[in-house]
Amino acid sequence: MDDFYKEYILDHYRQPRNFGSLEGATAVAEDLNPLCGDRIRFEFKVDPNGVVEDVRFSGRGCAISQASASMLSETLRGMKLADVARLDKQTVLDNVGIGISPARLKCVMLGLKVAKSAALGEIAGWPEEEQST
Amino acid sequence: MTSLAPADAKASRVQLDFPILRKPTSRGRRLVYLDSAATSQKPQAVIDALVRYYSEYNANIHRGVYEIAELATEAFEEARAKVARFVNAAHPAEIVWTRNATEAINLVSHSWGLEHLHPGDAIVATQLEHHSNLVPWQLLAKRTGAELRFIPVDERGVHVLDNLDRLLDGAKLLALSHVSNTLGTIAPLERLVDAAHRAGALVLVDGAQSVPHFSVDVRALDLDFMAVSGHKMLGPTGIGFLYGKRTLLEAMPPFLTGGDMIRSVAYTQTDFNQIPWKFEAGTSNVADAIGLGAAIDYLNELGMDWVRAHEVRLTAYALERLVELAERGLAVYGPPGAEPRAGVISFNLGDIHAHDLASILDTDGICIRAGHHCTMPLMERMGWPATARASFYIYNTEADVDALIESLQKAAKIFKLA
Repeated sequence: MDDFYKEYILDHYRQPRNFGSLEGATAVAEDLNPLCGDRIRFEFKVDPNGVVEDVRFSGRGCAISQASASMLSETLRGMKLADVARLDKQTVLDNVGIGISPARLKCVMLGLKVAKSAALGEIAGWPEEEQST
Repeated sequence: MTSLAPADAKASRVQLDFPILRKPTSRGRRLVYLDSAATSQKPQAVIDALVRYYSEYNANIHRGVYEIAELATEAFEEARAKVARFVNAAHPAEIVWTRNATEAINLVSHSWGLEHLHPGDAIVATQLEHHSNLVPWQLLAKRTGAELRFIPVDERGVHVLDNLDRLLDGAKLLALSHVSNTLGTIAPLERLVDAAHRAGALVLVDGAQSVPHFSVDVRALDLDFMAVSGHKMLGPTGIGFLYGKRTLLEAMPPFLTGGDMIRSVAYTQTDFNQIPWKFEAGTSNVADAIGLGAAIDYLNELGMDWVRAHEVRLTAYALERLVELAERGLAVYGPPGAEPRAGVISFNLGDIHAHDLASILDTDGICIRAGHHCTMPLMERMGWPATARASFYIYNTEADVDALIESLQKAAKIFKLA
């Protein structure tokens, strides 16, 4: 587990990418991990084709939750919202690149949970024929 | 660091009584258990008491006429008497078995609280409370129209008593933790109980963090209720108790109802049993009550004065050594020094989140708690997103503190703290 705290993880923790809020965000979600108090918010600007044009995240918490969300934010830009909603845990694990103990899995997955929830919430608001795209 | 002082030698002997402390971690490290405020480890004597009950005289109590049922009943009631003596209750009938301190508090809030609180009355707690001594009162206040007030604490987590009499004006109940599980603050009970009683309020003390660690005399302190968990004082999980003054318990209606808590039952009407059984519906947790009795025997053997002296000494040593990490950004919270606190130290190291710290320490076999410690309002009031917490008990030694410091140094290095 101490191997987890690699240079690039600490770099994302201390200099999170795409950190802040987004004016004119069209999809937003926020959640917390009550066990740790980790908190993550994702904001997307989605273009008419359903593609994530811009992304910001904000929050506070452990290095694992914040670095994981920061790396995820880089993955999300340019993705189709429908694909964001279908992202699986492996994407996040590949991002962070290191094994996580079961106790900390919730920390590392919090960003993914919030991003998917923002995507699903936005898709649910679309007219029915577009939801399958 | 230092030579083994006599008290530490005793703690080293105590360690041998705890099988879990002799078992290496999966990484082959010695287990350094610094989370006794969450739950304590169990000595062999307690484990043996459980095994003996289940393998030699397991039977239901208060009903069987055969030998092992009588043995079980006797051991169960003897454990209650041990608890009564341990906290100096006037009579074993003043000890009601519960699952834990939480259930004991809920018993009082439902049974006593719903009968006695009315709109305009006040319940007074402190800003230090664990959720277990807060949420029941929030619900009770909502159900009865009573007002919930809080005795404030300062930046060190020490009670501020400037407006005490005003806060207690109109109060029916003062419900407070004897020791803060987050900061270790010991409440000035003599003064608080006196002020509450003068205001006409009863006092409920959450003794979950005090009774395991120093001698608590409910009669000398003139407490009306006290809630305690067995698993934090070497006992099994799932057993705890409520102390209540006899006159109060006798006047209170039952909480949970069913078998065992009755004297006679007709289809439409029931006469309840006398205290304490009036509050013990259904088959009790016989094995764990007996286990808690064995835990109390073990603590009495050590002597609660030694337990307290050992923890003060160890806490003082830890506070002294933690100063070495000050230049790396270590912040220690809670009352100044070891004397005004129990063996609990909350801290943060630089910008390392407490959970990351706990993960790094875990790889060295060191168990600490990280997070909000079930005191979210306190964390909010202090402006801490989370803290790391080390807590000590009878089996901890200076070597454990040294291991903690060494591992914190390692964490500082991993996070490149100046």
